[in-house]
Amino acid sequence: MMSAQFPILSALDALTGALFLLTAIGILATRQVLASLQLFIAQSLLLTLSAVLLGIALKSPHLFAVAAITICTKTVMIPWILRRTVSAEVYRTREIQRVLNIPSSLLIAAILIIIAHALMSPLVAAVKVPFAQINLPLGLAAMFLGTFTVVARREAVPQLLGLLALENGVFFAGVAIVPSLPVIAELAAAVDVPVVVLVIGLLTRQIRQVVGMTAVGLLASLREE
Amino acid sequence: MALGIFHNLLQLVFIISVAPLVEGVTSRLKENLQSKRGPSIFQPYRDLWKLLRKDEIVSDRSSWIFRATPYVCFAAPIFVALLIPVLTAYPLFFAFMGDMLGGGFILALGGFFATLAAVDTANPYGPMGASRTRMVGFLAEPVFIVVFLTVSFVAGSTIPYIVQQRWVTPLSNFFEPSHVLLLIAFLMLILAEDGRIPVDSPSGLFELAMIDRSKSLEYSGRGAALMRWAGAMKFLVLICIFVNVLVTPWGLAKGTSSLDVLLAAPLVLLKILGFVLVLVYIESSLAKLRLFRITEFLGAALVISIVAMITNLSAI
Repeated sequence: MMSAQFPILSALDALTGALFLLTAIGILATRQVLASLQLFIAQSLLLTLSAVLLGIALKSPHLFAVAAITICTKTVMIPWILRRTVSAEVYRTREIQRVLNIPSSLLIAAILIIIAHALMSPLVAAVKVPFAQINLPLGLAAMFLGTFTVVARREAVPQLLGLLALENGVFFAGVAIVPSLPVIAELAAAVDVPVVVLVIGLLTRQIRQVVGMTAVGLLASLREE
Repeated sequence: MALGIFHNLLQLVFIISVAPLVEGVTSRLKENLQSKRGPSIFQPYRDLWKLLRKDEIVSDRSSWIFRATPYVCFAAPIFVALLIPVLTAYPLFFAFMGDMLGGGFILALGGFFATLAAVDTANPYGPMGASRTRMVGFLAEPVFIVVFLTVSFVAGSTIPYIVQQRWVTPLSNFFEPSHVLLLIAFLMLILAEDGRIPVDSPSGLFELAMIDRSKSLEYSGRGAALMRWAGAMKFLVLICIFVNVLVTPWGLAKGTSSLDVLLAAPLVLLKILGFVLVLVYIESSLAKLRLFRITEFLGAALVISIVAMITNLSAI
């Protein structure tokens, strides 16, 4: 249950974690491409909030640096790059074709969350840090959901957002286990991820110019010509 | 004991008399948000009075079910109001007659009779609305069960009076993730159960698109008045469960004197107004879902409630 040491902070962190998981479900289930981008921004904000809460509780300046870097890259830079490189038409479209329909992907999401909690329960029992008990299972669940988003979606941009949600999940679990994360590692990730986004964004643009759509799930076989 | 029964009856009077007002305030606020003036908040009372004085026409091909249904539907929320905290924070005389699941069953009984009555008249729109309501109903059922199992598991009881104390003592319990997620899931459940906007349009007049309202199209006069009043009461009972048991158990009467109980009424009304504001905002900012998208809406509610259950079980 709630730790006696930081009752309010860990309660707030748990709430942040629950909302974080909700945004991951949202990224998986929304039809509109723009909506899933906005959900990703919300998710990154929640990640920042969790890092700040942990920074206050554990008195770790590194976590504040993590929070600052997250807010710079994930809520400002990545959305900006994505909006710039991918044409506006993509954001207006709704994704009609998915590998699985939304109700079944939601049910699979529920199963994935249960599996994540089951997998993490021995670890949660072992660690005594209250924040790790909250962040580990939720972070793993968000990772699973991000992976599943990549699988279940067919449009390029939502797939990329699934990848980024996965990365958010890793960080969400990571900030709780390693409070003194070297800033250099975080900086490296902060540079890496926008570069990946830029590359995928440009690639999507190229695909769109050549094929006329971004439903990469349909581009599985070669055309004879 | 006599005082307890009296307070219980006071709750009934509160539910019966305030229900049309809540409906009136909701529709007024909704029109205001659309920059219209809207009808008076007392308009539902006038409508009910008008309908009660009018003649009732009943098809001679219909059975007793059609005639009995308005009374069953009217009685169901009244019985539920005996079981839930409407004005007082402590259990009243009838509170241990049934738990939250019992309340759910009583409300479902009213819905069951309304469905039968809709099929009974052989009006083409009635059975259609009835089957759609059943569809929404069975999609909402798992959410309902998971929400209430989690709530009772957390509080160690299924009696709503005991449940409500759990979330606010100590206050940090209020921010528990499972609590917040349950609130979201239950809010979605209320929207579906009462036929509110993302699921059904309460003010729509187009029969082919109706879900909930087309069941009572055949009623006239007193039957129509009772059905409408029953709908408003069911809505108010759901709001009371949401507001008094799950969200904000503050402001309920703690003292046992009748004055305390009466003084709780304005506070409860204020909380209900807060809920109605949220509801109006949701209803005005969303569009009605297509029929087969309702599965997605309630599927999301189910996943949210399951996440609430899991985060609770893993003792976060």
